[in-house]
Amino acid sequence: MQIEGKVAFVTGASRGIGRAIALTLAEAGADVAVNYAGNAAAAEEVAAEIRKMGRRALILQGDVSQTEAAASMLDAVVAEFGRCDILVNNAGITRDGLLMRMKEEDWDAVLNTNLKGVFNCTKAALKYMMKQRAGKIVNIASVVGIMGNAGQANYAAAKAGCIGFTKSVAKEVASRGITVNAVAPGLIATDMTSILPEKVIEEMAAGIPLKRAGQPVDVAKAVLFLVSDDAAYITGQTLNVDGGMVM
Amino acid sequence: MTTFEKVRDITVEQLSVDADEVKMESTFIDDLGADSLDIVELIMAFEEEFNVEIPDEVAEKIRTVKDAVELLDK
Repeated sequence: MQIEGKVAFVTGASRGIGRAIALTLAEAGADVAVNYAGNAAAAEEVAAEIRKMGRRALILQGDVSQTEAAASMLDAVVAEFGRCDILVNNAGITRDGLLMRMKEEDWDAVLNTNLKGVFNCTKAALKYMMKQRAGKIVNIASVVGIMGNAGQANYAAAKAGCIGFTKSVAKEVASRGITVNAVAPGLIATDMTSILPEKVIEEMAAGIPLKRAGQPVDVAKAVLFLVSDDAAYITGQTLNVDGGMVM
Repeated sequence: MTTFEKVRDITVEQLSVDADEVKMESTFIDDLGADSLDIVELIMAFEEEFNVEIPDEVAEKIRTVKDAVELLDK
């Protein structure tokens, strides 16, 4: 199996893309720590599925935008599993709205969870990965961070920030055998996009070369590749999983 | 264990050098081959071992093993 015996920590893994990532990594042989912010029941389900596969699972409630919480969670992962090989920064929220009407708290909330959360978790994980002289970090960005999207100035800023962060940290820690990459999903069928009006989704799908929205597992498979040894010579990269939406 | 011995052991582990290479006058960067990441990790290891916080402006001034030992002795 691709990542047999590795220990992975996935943030925002109770639903959507995070859930698919957690399950895909477990399927490929990893023990997985599942972080969630609010949905305990959903997180329990994900953990149960991981255990059914014969892998170990740990559920960690925590808000990644809080520095202390992020640090405690990584400490808990290492306390439980002895190490942390893989970090997937997936936790993310949206607070859409046109800039002229965007409240300060909607800007702050999205930047705090989607970008500062990545900073917090990465810093906490690197404390262990640097000593291990090995690690794989994947940040879930978004094509919106590359091409922009009206109504998502905050989300786009955070995701674009994520990409810059990925490159910088990749350069900093490469000498320690740690790779840092990003995956930029396009239109993926999750709770986050299901709130969009059907007409909007149809229009978007029509503009995608592969003519459909993607599934969470499409993103998860890309993440699996990047955290496996097959991607050992790949770092600082952003891999779009968007059906060709952005080239 | 003396402060020097603790600093030496941490340095040996972090920089993969021999214990006898670590003298009071040794500079971390030139003599012992530390890169910028090594320095960060060394400072963190000193902080953990001696249970202190070393602010950046202070850390920047540590060039030799002697600098580290004198700082941590305080």
